[in-house]
Amino acid sequence: MEIPEKEFLAPGHRACAGCGATIGVRLALKMLGENTVAISATGCLEVITTPYPETSWEIPWMHVAFENAAAVASGVESALKSLGKTDTTVVVFGGDGGTADIGLQALSGAMERGHNLIYICYDNEAYMNTGIQRSGSTPYGASTTTSPHGKESFGEDRPKKNMPMIMAAHGIPYIATASISYPEDFMKKVKKASEIEGPAYIHLQQPCTTGWGYSPEKTIELGRLAVETGSWILYEIEEGEFKVTYRPLQRRAVKEYLNAQKRFKHLTDLEKERIQSHVDAVCIELKV
Amino acid sequence: MVLKVMSANQAIAEAVKLANPNVIPVYPITPQTTISEHLAKFVADGDMSAEYIRVESEHSAISAALGASGTGVRVFTATSSQGLALMHEIIFAAAGLRAPIVMADANRALSAPLSIWNDQQDSISERDSGWMQIYAENGQEALDSILIAYRVSEDHSVLLPSMVCIDGFILTHTVDPVDVPGKGDVDKFLPPYKPDHAYLDPKRPMSIGTFTDPNYYMEARHDMELALEGAKDVITKANSEFAEIFGRKYDFIEKYRSDDADTIIVAMGSICSTIKDVVDEHRDNGEKVGLVRVRVFRPFPTEEIYDAIKGASNIGVLDKNISFSVGGVLHNEINAKMDVKANGFIVGLGGRDIKPTHINEIIEKTKNTTKTTQWIGLNKEEV
Amino acid sequence: MVSIGAAVKEPGSTRKNKTGSWRTFKPILDKEKCIECENCIMFCPEGCINKDYDIDYDYCKGCGICAEECPVKAIKMERE
Repeated sequence: MEIPEKEFLAPGHRACAGCGATIGVRLALKMLGENTVAISATGCLEVITTPYPETSWEIPWMHVAFENAAAVASGVESALKSLGKTDTTVVVFGGDGGTADIGLQALSGAMERGHNLIYICYDNEAYMNTGIQRSGSTPYGASTTTSPHGKESFGEDRPKKNMPMIMAAHGIPYIATASISYPEDFMKKVKKASEIEGPAYIHLQQPCTTGWGYSPEKTIELGRLAVETGSWILYEIEEGEFKVTYRPLQRRAVKEYLNAQKRFKHLTDLEKERIQSHVDAVCIELKV
Repeated sequence: MVLKVMSANQAIAEAVKLANPNVIPVYPITPQTTISEHLAKFVADGDMSAEYIRVESEHSAISAALGASGTGVRVFTATSSQGLALMHEIIFAAAGLRAPIVMADANRALSAPLSIWNDQQDSISERDSGWMQIYAENGQEALDSILIAYRVSEDHSVLLPSMVCIDGFILTHTVDPVDVPGKGDVDKFLPPYKPDHAYLDPKRPMSIGTFTDPNYYMEARHDMELALEGAKDVITKANSEFAEIFGRKYDFIEKYRSDDADTIIVAMGSICSTIKDVVDEHRDNGEKVGLVRVRVFRPFPTEEIYDAIKGASNIGVLDKNISFSVGGVLHNEINAKMDVKANGFIVGLGGRDIKPTHINEIIEKTKNTTKTTQWIGLNKEEV
Repeated sequence: MVSIGAAVKEPGSTRKNKTGSWRTFKPILDKEKCIECENCIMFCPEGCINKDYDIDYDYCKGCGICAEECPVKAIKMERE
């Protein structure tokens, strides 16, 4: 696969060393090219890329608030349409908090209305910008600052909200999951999303060195472990047709993924087994 | 001139059609709903070419409006009460991003207890947002105010959003003869919107909605203050050009038989029509009573109001809102900004009818200046 | 003076902020060993490795992803 050379997210941004979010945005923008307008929800990405009077964005970009990125994008897409600029791509980058929690209503509205836009959820599985508080996208067992493990708690006690399937229930033409550790798979999906008419949703898992608790050089390795253990499954739903886009040759044990991160360090073997059984059940169902 | 009989909501929709915005994200709410419906019908019939977005909430209505305005096009939205309260966060963002959005607000009480009827608590509660606010007295003024609001908001020295407020049901659902101006005249008054501070154009990339540290935020807010104060000159100019083209002259305030008055009532919105009748009765009896109607509430016309009321010995300010433990907002702002001793009266909350007898009661009570805010029209058995 | 609405009309202007100063370990690429697989280019959070595999040390924060993901271990992290 030919990777376009041009970068649309300039360096000098304030992301942590080893940030997974900026990798995802860089790769997505490479595929979308310069005739693109980006909208961000409030969150890490917005804060690290636009410290006034600077911006990392090489394309037009707008941010308004935490919960309304999809609604803002609806207005942008409609305005571009009114100007006859239907060839301009509108892409939204929202974190898991801005997508699965506070922004869910605005996102649902935008998807249901059929705006021609791509919504990319960069999912680092907690509110990282404010210091690792749990979100609806935080996985079972993870210790965060608002779901800490302790004498009476093993951390987050609810399973991760299944955002891609919520999007699928909207009947939109394209939904995909992706990982920054599988760039070609991700970039192909971004390309596909840009080519279809109507709304597309891509849920991009993106390890976070600060929030997950691992050394910065391991960002890609962590994303890989998530997929190779079956903890994160890469698939797409195109016009209602579900397809797994990557199958590990041999699924690795989930504890390899869990043990590599501080947020799961407290879990007992029994709890890790419980997570393994859950992953097994999902993988069997999806034939991964 | 052809007069058509219509509600203020329809008059606003007619004004929006004439202003021809590119994008209309709107969410229906009583008593604003017929604005949404009229505009939907205009678009469905091909009488307007706007992109009409059937958003899932008022929060998304103002968010989409801001996104469209950021893209560099003219936008319109409308709301009321709970809807405006839901928009609150983005109302501030729209002013801060200097988006020249024009929005109609059908003034309605805020819950709880739930009420669909009129007062002005909703828009008054947004007074610190940086939006301009115009309170119309009737359908004609509502229509004209939309056109003037676009003209002022889009002026490059202003670039702040405008809210045109009309009293729920009293104006939104009653009909009046309205002169709907011709498109040619409107185009003369209101040129197309040409943004140069906010646009999302891949040929000229810019970032809108950046993150400011303490070195910049305060200047950004100070600039808004300067822009809102500076808007006064722009409003004056727009009013006089509007009068030249359309023959109707508006000002920050309307003085009704107040020039030589001993007793002046100050109020906003549709209640002023009732007050005018009461003033006439008093004048017929030889009593020097007058009305000062505040039309532009933001920017606050301190000088205009002060000049109009300073000669009166008795001043009563009516507020269809309450800042609890402080009193009515207009009353408090007048007393704070001017060397006058005005009496404050809370009236008409949640649609409580304000009758001429209440106005007479207020006129009588203004003779004894008191710092205590008085509530007029409470049910006797509950006091 | 702040621009109207604090908008920024200079795209890519975070380049003024040389994040290379954050670095404690510096990636050194041995071009002899490099097989040009593009892993380091794709996975760099700063996007500061160009197509000729030159690392822009003005911005490299020294995260070490490039060294970690190099399949032939052509990149070594050296303390500054």
